[in-house]
This record gives sequence, C-alpha cells and structure tokens, in this order.
Amino acid sequence: MNTNDRGTVKVENGRYRFEGKFHYGYPNEPIRNEDGELMGVTNPRDLTHVHMYGGEAPFFEGLGQGKLLGTRCDNSNCEANGSIFIPFRIHCPDCLSKNTIVDMTETAQKGATVHTFMITERTGAFNTLPKPIRFVNVEFEGVPTILMGYLSVGEPKIGMKVIPIFNTTNPTFTILDLSWVPEEANETDLPEGYTFG
Amino acid sequence: MIKFSKRQLKTPKMQRPVYLVTGGMSKFGRSIPEKRTEELVIDAFVEAAEFIDKSPAELKEYIHSCYYGHFADHFGDQLLGESVIHDRLGLDPLGNVGIKTGGATGGSTLWEAFKAVASGYSDCVLAMGWERMDEVPTDEGNNYIASAADKDWETPLGHIYTGYYAVMAQKYWQVFGKKEDSFRQTMAEIAVKNRGYARMNPHAQGPMDITVDDVINSPVVAYPLRALDCCLMSVGAACAILCDEKTANELTDNPLEIHVAAGSHTLRVADRRDMEIPLLPNESPDQYKDLGDRFPGGDRYPGFTGFLAARMAAYYGYRMAGVIDPTEDFDLVELHDAFTISDIQTYEDIGIRPYGEGRTYVESGDCYLTNPKTGEPGKLPSNLSGGLIGNMHAVGATGIMQTIEVGQHIWGRWAEMHEDQSKWDLFGRSKPDDWTNLQVDGAKRGLAISHAGVGSHVTATILVHPDHQLERTES
Ligand SMILES: [Zn+2]
Repeated sequence: MNTNDRGTVKVENGRYRFEGKFHYGYPNEPIRNEDGELMGVTNPRDLTHVHMYGGEAPFFEGLGQGKLLGTRCDNSNCEANGSIFIPFRIHCPDCLSKNTIVDMTETAQKGATVHTFMITERTGAFNTLPKPIRFVNVEFEGVPTILMGYLSVGEPKIGMKVIPIFNTTNPTFTILDLSWVPEEANETDLPEGYTFG
Repeated sequence: MIKFSKRQLKTPKMQRPVYLVTGGMSKFGRSIPEKRTEELVIDAFVEAAEFIDKSPAELKEYIHSCYYGHFADHFGDQLLGESVIHDRLGLDPLGNVGIKTGGATGGSTLWEAFKAVASGYSDCVLAMGWERMDEVPTDEGNNYIASAADKDWETPLGHIYTGYYAVMAQKYWQVFGKKEDSFRQTMAEIAVKNRGYARMNPHAQGPMDITVDDVINSPVVAYPLRALDCCLMSVGAACAILCDEKTANELTDNPLEIHVAAGSHTLRVADRRDMEIPLLPNESPDQYKDLGDRFPGGDRYPGFTGFLAARMAAYYGYRMAGVIDPTEDFDLVELHDAFTISDIQTYEDIGIRPYGEGRTYVESGDCYLTNPKTGEPGKLPSNLSGGLIGNMHAVGATGIMQTIEVGQHIWGRWAEMHEDQSKWDLFGRSKPDDWTNLQVDGAKRGLAISHAGVGSHVTATILVHPDHQLERTES
C-alpha cells in the first residue's frame, strides 16, 4: 500500500490542522489450526498518533540545538527551593509552582557520572537505536535526580565520566537526540549527525 | 515527595474487618489460543465457587460489586474489556470498575475490593484479574510493555522495558552483590527453587527441574540477568471473593482475615530523590548509618536499589495487621519475583532482611519449605506456587493468584487444590512422578507482594487465620 501521503499536523489558532492520511486499512486474514478449523482473525492497521509536549517542548527543542535544559524550583516558601530537576519538570513536585528553565549544558559538559548502566541486545518493535543498546543513567553535579539515556561510544562502567552529545544535524525532537559518550571521546567518534552541541 | 507528613504515614484504619472467603484460578500458559479471556475468567470463578461447595449461580447471589484487574488494554485491543467480562459473568447490573497498576494490578484489585467491603459499601465483592499477552508477536509485545514507561523520556530508548528495569539490577549487583560469584549463585538458587516448586502446581506454565549451573549458563538477557532469571509472560485469570464477617460466615466456616495496603514511587526509575529510609517495626533508626561504608555506593536511598513502594506497602500493611517481624509473624510469603535479583531487593524492602543483607534469606535456607541446610522446615518459605518465574505472570491475575495460594496453605487445602490428577489432565499437563505436597504445616499467617515494573506501585496483602491474630497497637 502506498503510504507516501502520510499525514502532518500543525497547530493554528489553538487548533490542530491535520493534512494527509493518518490511517491505512488492510484486509484481515483468518487464523486456522492444523485441522483447518477457524480459531480467530488478524486485525492489521497502520495509524499515526499525535502527541503534544506542552511545557516540556523547550527541552525537546533544545536538544536539537545542542542544549540540555533542566528546571529549578524558585519558590522561596518551598523546601525544594533551588532544586534542579533533570528530567525537566514543568512544575515543582513539592509545591507545584511553575519551575524556572535552567540551561544545564555546561554542567553536563564538565562531566556527568554514570550511576548505573545496562547493555541489552533485546529491543521492542519500532526500536531505532543500534544494538546492543548501552543504557546509562547519568548523575549531574548538584542535581538530586538521575537521567536515563544511552551511551554511543565505548563501554559503560559505574562511575565513568561522560559528556552529552546531541543530534543537531537532523533532530528527531525526541529523547533520542540526546546521547552520552566518554569524556575523552573525539568529534570523529560520534555517530552520524551528532555533535557536542 | 521526599518527606512525609504524619497524616500521610497514618496507619490505615478500616471501618470493619474484611475476610477472604474463597478464590480460584484458570490454567496459566504462554498462549491459550483455544479460549477467549472470558472463558478463562469463568474457569477461575467456577473454581472459586466449587472451593466452598457453591454453584456459580449461588455464589453470584452474594456479590454486590465487582473489581476487575486487567492491565494492558493494548494487547486485547478492547477498551472497557472489564465490561465484556462483567457481562459474560452475568453480573449486570452490579457496579464494577477496572483497575490498572502495571504488574501490581492484581494486588491493587484486591486493595480496591478490600476497601469496598471495609467501608460498608458492599458485604461481598468479586476481585477478578486476568491478562492476555499472546495476541501480538513478542517484539510488539515488548513495545507495548515499554509503553508503561514514560513515553517521552524512556520508551523511545529501545522500546524495551527490561532495559529500564535492569539498570537497577546492575546497580544492586555491583553495590550489594559486589559482583561476587557467590551472589550470582544465590540469584540462581531462587530460579531453581521457584521453577522446582512450580513442578508441583498443575496451573503453572514454567515448571523446570534445573540446576544453579543451568541458570548461570542460560543466555544473557541484560547482564547480570539471564534468561532463567526472568519471569514468565502469561495468559490466565484468578479471582477472590471478599466479604464482611457475617457474610463470610454464611459462605464458609473458615474465612481468613485480609489486610491490603499500597505504596507508590516514580514511574521513571532514574527520577528519584534521596530520602531517609522509612523504618519498619523491626528496624531501628541507627541501623543504616553505616550502610554506605559496608556497601560503597549504597548510601543513596532508595537510589536504584530499593523499591520505596514496596517499603511503604509493608510500612502500612504490617501496622494494619500488627506484624513486627515478617520472618517470625508470617508462615509463608508469595513475592513478586519478576527477576531473581528483584526478589532479593524485595526481601529488604519488606523487612525480611535488613537493607544490604537480602541474600542471606536465601543463603540461610529460610526461604525453602524444607531448609536444605538443616533438613528442618524453612522459617519463611517463599513462592511455593512457583512464583512469577515458575508459575505465571498474567499481570492482572498475578497478585490474586499469590493471595489464593497463601490462603490455600492457611486453609490447609493446598494439596487438595494441586494434587488431583483430574486437574492435571484438564490442563493437559503431566504430573511429575515425584509430586510432593508443599503444604506449610500449621500455616496461620501469610503475605503476598504485588509489584509494578520499576516499582511504581506495590501492594502488600496479608492473610491471617482469625484465631491467630497479632496484637495491634494504635499509631
Ligand atoms: Zn517547589
């Protein structure tokens, strides 16, 4: 089936403007057992969801620009006042006031640390990362939480220093645009499209 | 939150006691193509009715509201699947609600059912859970399961839940397991034990007669986890009937008091703030002061190594039931052994062992029906059903299955429900020649832990024989 007319979406005047096709139908097929008896049917489909980033949009836009953004609670009446959140939290989890966006790129570039990691050959359908995936969970100086990510160069180790790289050439506008490499990695080691920001 | 108010830590106080009257379950399998989910649910319900010598129609007359646990709508491609089940059970026009908390769905379903009776809304309720994960190929199944992680921050990373989970295993393995061969061996013992116990269970999907070496030599899934360290993915159903005291005594002469408590923690495993360890009744404030010295890297709590949700479920649940020391106060437990290593982590979260010392529960032999070191009864046998590794993990049914298994021991009816040749025949499974009765002699109290993913939800279900209640103090 030709799916070249797959849809795109814009937001105009606070409304979605859908253009093109968002679903393609296919005929179903019977499922039979070895005796030829009907057991069930297949239900094929191909559809596109849309998803809004809301207040997290600056984070995902920032990755493609080589920036790692976090947020900070600036509510002086909150016990978490001054806490920096990565993953980016729109609102403080304690006082629920709107956090201030802070650029954490430099902090991360000075050397973040691998808290833990995992290497796996197994992936689910729709995976786009090369296998095996090297998951790393990264700690930053002065940030109470840890960030899930993946290592693009070298082998992970607990305690190793890593720095961020960004898909600035052809961003996907997803978390995949952020990856990590050992702090000694060279520009030439990076996967295609990724830069130090 | 990283600090909890007194109000938040209050011991739950129910309006009246709640009793488990009966329960039943279907066969569990990786796939059961010959049956619709509704048929499996009816199998479970019929077993529950027969267990107390009632016909399904007689039992239905008592039910006043219904609680349905079913996690992954995606797999069944049917929203409001609970309504389909409710209709096929012929329970209209009773009120019903669906419950979804990932791997803890079964436990959460009991939690809701329990509160409905405790509040007085209903005198008799049905808690029914099921799951059907066989209607897509495995990699699409992995994709669906991964959508239970944070869809923007985690899921695109490989669409593989194991990856988000196993980072915790890695940390525990290195910090508390110290990457020791002896720790690896202890993990493997759990897999051997649970698969071995599953051999005595006609419902079980994954019985195996294996050795520690078989586990250690099985293919790596995500190091240090190997194929035989991991739980099953299953199809099946399980149900429980909960009542107030009067109704319970009309239905059976042997109801068990039930308590259910719940805790939670971040969906994103990495997004955890450090906090003080909330203490269980058998712990003291200073006992963890040197945890980071004894286990370098282990000073963050809950970090990547503790399940705060499990800790909190036990925190509330133990106080509700008067439990001080789980090893002394319970006669058996059913734990959520999603992976061998997370089983060890849970021993610590629920106070069977202090933080850092989970492995000693296995190494002492306490977790076996018969302690292999002493030949005496194990102090606190765990997962005699086979657990998630040997029996099943049909997500919405799992926590209910665990609770029924514990109940059957306290009722002294475990052999009756597992030995009968006709059940083995019905499920198309061959009963081993060395079939052994795993009944825990004189069991009076037990615990079931139901756990979701990286620890987003955990419930603690406690069953107590009414003649063997523990003393409860107000807090
Ligand atoms: Zn705040």
